[in-house]
Amino acid sequence: MHPDREAYLVNRNVLSRRVLAGVALAALALTGCGSDTDGDTAGSGEALSGEVKVDGSSTVAPLSEAAASFYGEEAGQPGVNVSVGTSGTGGGFEKFCKGETDISDASRPIKDEEKAACEAAGIQYKELIVANDALTVVVNKENTWADCLTVDQLKKIWEPNSKVASWNQVDPSFPNEPLELFGAGTDSGTFDYFTDEINGEEGASRTDYTASENDNVTVQGVAGTKGGLGYFGFTYFEENADKLKALKVDGGEGCVEPSLETAQSNAYKPLSRPLFIYVSDSGAKKPQVADFVTFYIESIDDIVKEAKFVPLTEEQKSTLKSEFDALKASI
Amino acid sequence: MSAPTLTSTRPDPSAPGAALTQRRSRPGDLAFRLAMQACLVVAFGVLTGLLTWVLIKGWNRLDSRLWTEMPTGLTSRLDGAGVQSALVGTLWIISLVAVICLPIGILSAIYLEEYADNTRWYNRLLELNIQNLAGVPSIIFGILGLGIIARALGFGFTITTAAIVLSLLVLPVVIIATREAIRAVPQSIRQASYALGATKWQTVSRQVLPSAVPGIATGSILALSRAIGEAAPLIVLGAVTFITFNPNGLDSAYTALPIQIFTFITRPQAEFTELAAGAIVLLLAIVLAMNSIAIFVRNRFEKRW
Repeated sequence: MHPDREAYLVNRNVLSRRVLAGVALAALALTGCGSDTDGDTAGSGEALSGEVKVDGSSTVAPLSEAAASFYGEEAGQPGVNVSVGTSGTGGGFEKFCKGETDISDASRPIKDEEKAACEAAGIQYKELIVANDALTVVVNKENTWADCLTVDQLKKIWEPNSKVASWNQVDPSFPNEPLELFGAGTDSGTFDYFTDEINGEEGASRTDYTASENDNVTVQGVAGTKGGLGYFGFTYFEENADKLKALKVDGGEGCVEPSLETAQSNAYKPLSRPLFIYVSDSGAKKPQVADFVTFYIESIDDIVKEAKFVPLTEEQKSTLKSEFDALKASI
Repeated sequence: MSAPTLTSTRPDPSAPGAALTQRRSRPGDLAFRLAMQACLVVAFGVLTGLLTWVLIKGWNRLDSRLWTEMPTGLTSRLDGAGVQSALVGTLWIISLVAVICLPIGILSAIYLEEYADNTRWYNRLLELNIQNLAGVPSIIFGILGLGIIARALGFGFTITTAAIVLSLLVLPVVIIATREAIRAVPQSIRQASYALGATKWQTVSRQVLPSAVPGIATGSILALSRAIGEAAPLIVLGAVTFITFNPNGLDSAYTALPIQIFTFITRPQAEFTELAAGAIVLLLAIVLAMNSIAIFVRNRFEKRW
């Protein structure tokens, strides 16, 4: 026999044996998968790869970053690269509705015009509540007079064209101490939410205050000014509780202190708010994104704890699970 | 007219009226000197103050963790966090900027200086444009890059987009520096080269360019140092703020040191501020190293005629 032909036959033999072995392995793998599909899609052992793009609110970003860190350590998917951007809630939706990101972090629900943009681009999505927050109104430690403000008083301070310049204009029993205001920049969901709840219209606010996207500027400003007042997410207050004093807020049912419990139970009205992630259908169709979101939702308790956010209630958690199941079923 | 002025500046007590002139100019002299020294103290004091503050703040984080570890989103593990992805991102960007920007910039400068006919309106327009571009705020380049390079040309939010935009940003600096360096080569060198029968290209490539290398290198490195510190255009261009992998290709997502510093200082936990201070020192060290190379190159290869 011609040596080439011999080699060919030998090779073919090897080849067919390899194919057989491959088929057997695949079959094994398939039965293996079949036996443990119950609830274990995250880290199913199937090696995934590709990018997961998250962008949006800087308030929610620490949560997504914690999720990404946990995912990198525990999911056993080294090929999946999760990146988190902080373009702000509005900036995040702009990219999300252009199909440039898979997941959008948001500290307020999607607006109608953003919905329209998503629709125009054919982007379908699911809204998931992943944590709670209490927008905390803070004053200086030396502020001994104010302990609780009503929503009306806050509105008097923050409404557009407000002329309130000292504390006794807020309440005659307060001293004549100049009022210095610090608050969120207009690009943040925090600003949108605060103005909506306090002034009754999203984006309506007086403009003569120190606005910053960087909440640490507000911390420093209020901590350094006796008559200072500012607002930001609960985490910033928790980390700076030694420098600042949180005010109670009276939403019509008495003064309520911001805390984990009151934020969860929504007793801290009207400034407790849910935090969202939006997952696009086109994103969820990518196996690595689906895997990441599954992990995110299944480990939500640990993630919230690590990022020091206000956890979900049991009810919110079961809603989250069913919403996510609906999302998985739809793709 | 010129004679009395000359004598008055020289301390010559024998000259009539010299003592008077000197006494009259002394308060102004002193005031000017004090003003200059005050300026120096302010500039130097602020710089030293900032450096000391950053060093103190970041002292605990100034070790190998900074470049061997990735950032983390887990507040309980911030101690083991670093800025490797941002550091590698910055090095990628700066290498790409060098590859894109230096050839274009240097060749443009050679054209404008050696070949272009400055009496033509289009060449003058070109020159005017380059001068103007050098003064355009970097955020404008960011917006332009977002609209044209990232979206219209479809480069997306990738490290390539960042490098292209930063290249455009520092291109005028490279062109202007290179032109200065070429202009500093004496005309006699060119004439001697032509006299020996060299062609234009031979003259440029074998006489003018080698003589201009120190100036070109210095200008280029300083331009790259500027690109390294830019954060504004990158924010617009979708540099992410949290990423635990190094760039793995030209179409990779990325972050850079200025961006990472910027986001760290907005975080509530004090550990992030410490880490930011450490990253600032790292960024300063890189810029300082690059500028030292520039100074070394200039001193080592400078030619005097």
